[in-house]
Amino acid sequence: MATKVLMPQLGESVTEGTISKWLVNVGDNVKKYDSLAEVTTDKVNAEVPSTVSGRIAEIVVPEGETVEIGTLILYIEESGEAGAAAVAPTQEAPVQQQPVSAPVQPSAALAASQPAQQKASPNQDGPKQRYSPAVMALSQEHGIDLSRVVGTGAQGRVTRKDVQAIIDAGGQQAEAPVAQNTAPVAVSQPEPTPVPAAATATSVSSVPATTRVDIPVASGDQIIPVTPIRKTIASRMVQSKHEAPHAWTMVEVDVTNLVHFRNQAKDEFKRKEGLNLTFLPFFIKAVVESLKEYPMINSTWAGDKIIVKKDINISIAVATEDALYVPVIKHADQKSVLGIAKSVDDLAARTRAGKLTMDDMTGGTFTVNNTGSFGSVLSQPIINAPQAAILSVESIVKRPVVINDMIAVRSMVNLCMSLDHRVLDGLICGRFLQSVKQKLENVGPETKLY
Amino acid sequence: MAVISFIDAVTMAMREEMRRDQNVFVLGEDVGVRGGVFRATVGLIEEFGEERVIDTPLAESAIVGVGIGAAAYGMRPIAEIQFADFIMPAVNQIVSEAAKMRYRSNNDWNCPMTIRAPFGGGVHGALYHSQSVEAMFTNTPGLKVVAPSTPYDAKGLLKAAIRDEDPVLFFEHKRLYRLIKGEVPDHDYVLPIGKADVKREGTDITVISYGLALHFCLQAAEKLAQEGISAHVLDLRTLYPLDKEAIAEAASKTGKVLIVHEDNKEGGVGGEVAAIVAEHCLFDLDAPIKRLCGPDVPAMPYSPPMEKFFMLNPDKVLKAMRELANF
Amino acid sequence: MTTKRHEEVGLTDAQVLDMYYYMLLARKVDERQWLLNRAGKVPFVISCQGQEAAQVGAAFAMETERDYLCPYYRDLGLVLVFGQTARDCMLSAFAKAEDPNSGGRQMPGHFGGKKYNILTGSSPVTTQVPHAVGMALAGRMQKKDFVVYTSFGEGSSNQGDFHEGANFAGVHKLPVIFFCENNKYAISVPINKQLACESVADRAIGYGFPGVSVDGNDPIEVYRVTKEAVERARSGAGPTLIEAVMYRLVPHSSDDDDRTYRTREEVEEAKKKDPLIQFATYLKEVGLLDENTEADMLARVQLEVDEATEYAENAPYPSPESTLTHVYGE
Repeated sequence: MATKVLMPQLGESVTEGTISKWLVNVGDNVKKYDSLAEVTTDKVNAEVPSTVSGRIAEIVVPEGETVEIGTLILYIEESGEAGAAAVAPTQEAPVQQQPVSAPVQPSAALAASQPAQQKASPNQDGPKQRYSPAVMALSQEHGIDLSRVVGTGAQGRVTRKDVQAIIDAGGQQAEAPVAQNTAPVAVSQPEPTPVPAAATATSVSSVPATTRVDIPVASGDQIIPVTPIRKTIASRMVQSKHEAPHAWTMVEVDVTNLVHFRNQAKDEFKRKEGLNLTFLPFFIKAVVESLKEYPMINSTWAGDKIIVKKDINISIAVATEDALYVPVIKHADQKSVLGIAKSVDDLAARTRAGKLTMDDMTGGTFTVNNTGSFGSVLSQPIINAPQAAILSVESIVKRPVVINDMIAVRSMVNLCMSLDHRVLDGLICGRFLQSVKQKLENVGPETKLY
Repeated sequence: MAVISFIDAVTMAMREEMRRDQNVFVLGEDVGVRGGVFRATVGLIEEFGEERVIDTPLAESAIVGVGIGAAAYGMRPIAEIQFADFIMPAVNQIVSEAAKMRYRSNNDWNCPMTIRAPFGGGVHGALYHSQSVEAMFTNTPGLKVVAPSTPYDAKGLLKAAIRDEDPVLFFEHKRLYRLIKGEVPDHDYVLPIGKADVKREGTDITVISYGLALHFCLQAAEKLAQEGISAHVLDLRTLYPLDKEAIAEAASKTGKVLIVHEDNKEGGVGGEVAAIVAEHCLFDLDAPIKRLCGPDVPAMPYSPPMEKFFMLNPDKVLKAMRELANF
Repeated sequence: MTTKRHEEVGLTDAQVLDMYYYMLLARKVDERQWLLNRAGKVPFVISCQGQEAAQVGAAFAMETERDYLCPYYRDLGLVLVFGQTARDCMLSAFAKAEDPNSGGRQMPGHFGGKKYNILTGSSPVTTQVPHAVGMALAGRMQKKDFVVYTSFGEGSSNQGDFHEGANFAGVHKLPVIFFCENNKYAISVPINKQLACESVADRAIGYGFPGVSVDGNDPIEVYRVTKEAVERARSGAGPTLIEAVMYRLVPHSSDDDDRTYRTREEVEEAKKKDPLIQFATYLKEVGLLDENTEADMLARVQLEVDEATEYAENAPYPSPESTLTHVYGE
């Protein structure tokens, strides 16, 4: 039985979408999460991923055609003849238009939070592969993550023999290729280059982040179902911590001059540009400049090689009430402070509005995390895999500092950096941080905003 | 060890038992001078005389009922119903009497009787010489229902039936009589009633069958082996009471179960087998339990294309097996 | 003084008194079961009343430890002669574990017991007829010299199993006595709606053996006819069909109401010919019974019935779990 793929609703109020390009042909075998088509709507351009494994049976809507949301666009002959899959949630854009429900307040009725969760869930779950009792039992007994098993049964169904073969071979290997394909809901995604960082990783862990754990629940405890986005965050965090040996370092930076400069410039900036001049663009600018000097920092571990990225695309962490997104400032090395400021403003606004596109969240090469925005003075960020490092900017605080044997009150900030020790060592990171520090401390009246 | 036909194995079993035990006797229509319409009792009247090879009046209820009375007294009657289709007048005697005699008398009386009945189609026998009637009896505690598929099993199980202390309905697929030959020891042996038999070991799918259909399964399994599909084939042999352990074991082995019988599907033995698998093997199951059976029509038509349509054959079985293997 | 008819047929004085005793015992056991049923103590009664003379007369014509019975559900008088006791009957009525017929598994009236030479019977009528033929066949094959008696109602003489069994026995000249207790009713359906022939006995000719009709209220006549049949059977001459004509004095069973299909006048008329009354009269006429000895016998029977009731009522039931036993031999 073929699974129907419908035109997804890519954004609230969107009523139609255009198939800008088919990425598959009839007869192609696709895996779950493989991209099927590029879809353009008046809000979002996105690649629509498959939520089932199977074979492309029929393309219903030709390229260039605009159809209503919910219109049948494609048939996929799914594995496991999952009849119910045909009526399962349509394939939705990976871009969560409303990724996050309101925070679950203790006083809020559970029911109130339910609808939001249900809305969010199809993003991640999609039509489910159906497993036989034997497959379920075996996989549970042996800790096999079925989403990572390639089925050999009819229409790609995972058979008992498939699972048994994995068990007989000693169990499941490290969480691998599928991680590449995991719905890119929240955390920035590696570029769709064939660089399967994780695929070739030597990591042996196969513990899924969302493994069910039996934790006793006491009466009065609140149980919050894990939303798809939270699952994704969890699994990516676990993946990063498992795969990348984190080292950490920190420098103190005297940003007194930066503070003065920014305070002088902000009003005019606001008037001219219509947006607040925050400190973050200066930090990003300094980081970008230093990355140019130390391109190794702007790289990725690829198992048997290290890939140094040409582009400098800075991921910035944007927190919402209960999730974390990491949209990307593309080509940050080609942007002025103003340009960066605009990008930050735009991405933050769209994140909070739930209007990030797939493209917004892919391609990051280094992450700057503005932990200072919530008052932190010290943090140990987790690397945004497969990037090689992450830098967090802490709060700017006035502190007594000894300068030339005299005590002065200065505006100080801590820059904390976690690095993938497979790629980077302390020396280069130290140098990199010194470079950033120097650039920040040298901000002054001559610093260009434009 | 001689290679003999299925029907010769049946005859051999009866002859050996009649030689072994004076209380064993045969009764039925045309079983005497004619040696049975299928020739299953050929030679017996010559050896044992008309007192022990009794040509009865054409009255099935009496054939069985008289047998029951004799069995209750201590004889070991082998009643032949000429065609299983004609067993219906005797159903009251089989179900109400033979099957319940021990239970209703609180173990005081019993009925050590064998009722042989050729069943099944594929012989241009039309509606009333082709039926598979076993399902009518496989819901009757007190009765044992046996349906062998090979000459070896036929001899061993028929001898066991004759020696059994309870009534045994012994179904012989008439198409097997001369179609299937096999090695049969000429010495005395019995096979246990109530035990299924693995006729072929395999790892990909489990096929459960009996009678003629079992041979279709084996032939299909042989072909599928060339495609790399390994079929595990279980011969039920006894249809009541079923060998639940063997069924569960065979089903669990592959998790993919196909049940094949010529009898029509709904209410057939396969349904009970499926229920056993469902009850006992859920977490080993890797596919829906499938049944390949005769169609749910009253009986097998006479016209050759219709008969062919009704009948199972190796190709039909092979297709079902392959589908299941590929599931 | 009336002639001693019983001597003419070879019955001694003691035998006829015994016959009367069994008839009386059967009647009193039967009556007690009705009382117990109406008192709510036993669920079901099926009756022999009005048929005792035929049953006891036939039973006396056989040898209790030699011949076999395949009786039907009204044959209380028959099985008493063959060794079942009032206590056995009451155990059966109460469905107690000691019930010799079935250990409480079957309704009352489904007689059986190897130790009494009585084959277990069932409720579908007439199935016992081919069994009797089979037993007779087995006896012949094993060169045992016994006859098999099987009884049934006139309604059952319409069943295929009667005809198939009779025919088989006729063909093979087997020592079987087909004993039809024609009590005029198949539950509610009278004889004229059951048979087109004059009598059930007429049916024998189709199977090549004699059919005899006899007054079922006269135990001596029944004895005489049955004795002849037994001798025929033992001599190898084959089966006999005996039709004993009688009247069922009570409803078909405790669940029946015969007022819906027959008049009280008809029943009252029949009761005047009650075989117990008639036989007592005969015994008094021939000087074997007087008021005193009759009262003694009645007291003895009542005591037996009382003791049997008492015993059976207090006897243990079969264990619930024993429901699962004896499906197959172990």
